[in-house]
Amino acid sequence: MKILEMNHIRKTFDDLEVIHDISLSVKEGEILSIIGPSGSGKSTLLRCATMLEKIDGGEILYMGERAAWTEPDGRRVYPKGAREKEIKSYFGLVFQNFNLFPHYSVMKNITDAPIVIQKRPKDEVYKEARELLAKMGLSDKEDAYPCQLSGGQCQRVAIARALALNPKILFFDEPTSALDPELTGEVLKVIKSLADLHITMVIVTHEMAFARDISDRIIFMDKGVVALEGKPEEVFDADHTRIKEFLGKFNRV
Amino acid sequence: MRFSVMLEQLSGGMVKSLGIFVLTLVFSLPLGLLVSFGRMSKNKILQTIIKGYISLMRGTPLMLQLLVVYFGPYYLFGMRIGGSYRFIAIIVGFSLNYAAYFAEIYRSGIESMPVGQYEAANILGYSKTQCFFRIIFPQVVKRILPAVTNEVITLVKDTSLSFSLAYAEMFTIAKQIAAAETTFIPFVVAAVFYFVFNLVVAVGMETIEKKLNYYQ
Ligand SMILES: Nc1ncnc2c1ncn2[C@@H]1O[C@H](COP(=O)(O)OP(=O)(O)OP(=O)(O)O)[C@@H](O)[C@H]1O
Ligand SMILES: [Mg+2]
Repeated sequence: MKILEMNHIRKTFDDLEVIHDISLSVKEGEILSIIGPSGSGKSTLLRCATMLEKIDGGEILYMGERAAWTEPDGRRVYPKGAREKEIKSYFGLVFQNFNLFPHYSVMKNITDAPIVIQKRPKDEVYKEARELLAKMGLSDKEDAYPCQLSGGQCQRVAIARALALNPKILFFDEPTSALDPELTGEVLKVIKSLADLHITMVIVTHEMAFARDISDRIIFMDKGVVALEGKPEEVFDADHTRIKEFLGKFNRV
Repeated sequence: MRFSVMLEQLSGGMVKSLGIFVLTLVFSLPLGLLVSFGRMSKNKILQTIIKGYISLMRGTPLMLQLLVVYFGPYYLFGMRIGGSYRFIAIIVGFSLNYAAYFAEIYRSGIESMPVGQYEAANILGYSKTQCFFRIIFPQVVKRILPAVTNEVITLVKDTSLSFSLAYAEMFTIAKQIAAAETTFIPFVVAAVFYFVFNLVVAVGMETIEKKLNYYQ
């Protein structure tokens, strides 16, 4: 089953078209990585998929049903009310800079939304949150505040916070780019463990080895279009000038 | 006049000063938040009106504003004033004035919040209202507390401006006694009163600040 489908997405900032007619889909349990040079529109694409940005063309489907689209006259349609809530419940997003709530403890960061938004019973949510924290290797941190944690720990809390809402699909926007190299490993390990649980994920990353290792499919974006798409080895070993240039730059760093 | 009699009269004034202080905060703190919403509104007309209100409140003397609120209804509508309206006018005048200052403080706090906090809340499914009251506002309070403390301390001293409406608070009474008895002592008592009052306010606000220091 397709969890997410994006068809002919266009996104314009002022007069600059940043996403030109991109289509992609993600099946249940699939891991899709998006790579590409800076400014190619990777974040914008994720922000469109998570409704943080409004599309200027195309349609977005979650669970096979339209979640946002544009009419032939160019008008964009974003459902409101109960349907909007339902759509929001399908996805989670992990930000580059975590965006934890600094005034909430680790536990409260994770449990507040399930209790307040999903109105689930407190005991059950807490029990699940403790299990998540254990999975993240943060069992001893439930009463800590974000300011007392390292960047890697913060990002793991952010992942736990997203997972606590049981999304059908989890988006990551460069989850390790704000981290020191030593801390990157621990976060990548956690994401890898999610892959082993067959959680559907879309990951924007500059960690090429990681992307190659974890992904079922890779999209190489360049200047707002999908320049190349396929299995990791197909993309990484492709005889394609732009990706060779791009990967070449990486290997030199 | 015996010192004890004088103190008794002055203490009546103290209670009234305290009343002005507390009621002004009770009304102006929430009102200021509403005003700041208007100030940040996307509606240009509302925004302009609020901007005008704020600059009027900040650009003219509070004493003059009190006089306008008090005498305005009489000159404009021929309403009878005096009696309990004196006190109402004081509370209205102070609240309107302080709300303008608090509104700008709230605005600076709200605008300083990183957009990521809104986006994270949005993704987690918080509604706009839930996001504001659960995520944004508590952090704003911490950020603006020092600025609020400044205003609150100014308010303690500003309560003395009520003398312009001959309302019998601390300063008005001190002035009356000083004139009638040709003595300087009531002013000394008044000075001690305002100073101690502010000391208590400062300690109170510091305690709150410390309480909020559990996170950065
Ligand atoms: N809010 C915005 N307003 C105007 N232009 C924007 C906005 N957000 C992004 N852009 C522009 O859109 C283009 C794509 O940006 P985007 O952040 O999606 O790139 P990216 O692929 O995520 O890059 P990076 O690898 O550096 O994160 C850039 O040219 C950027 O300047
Ligand atoms: Mg980006």
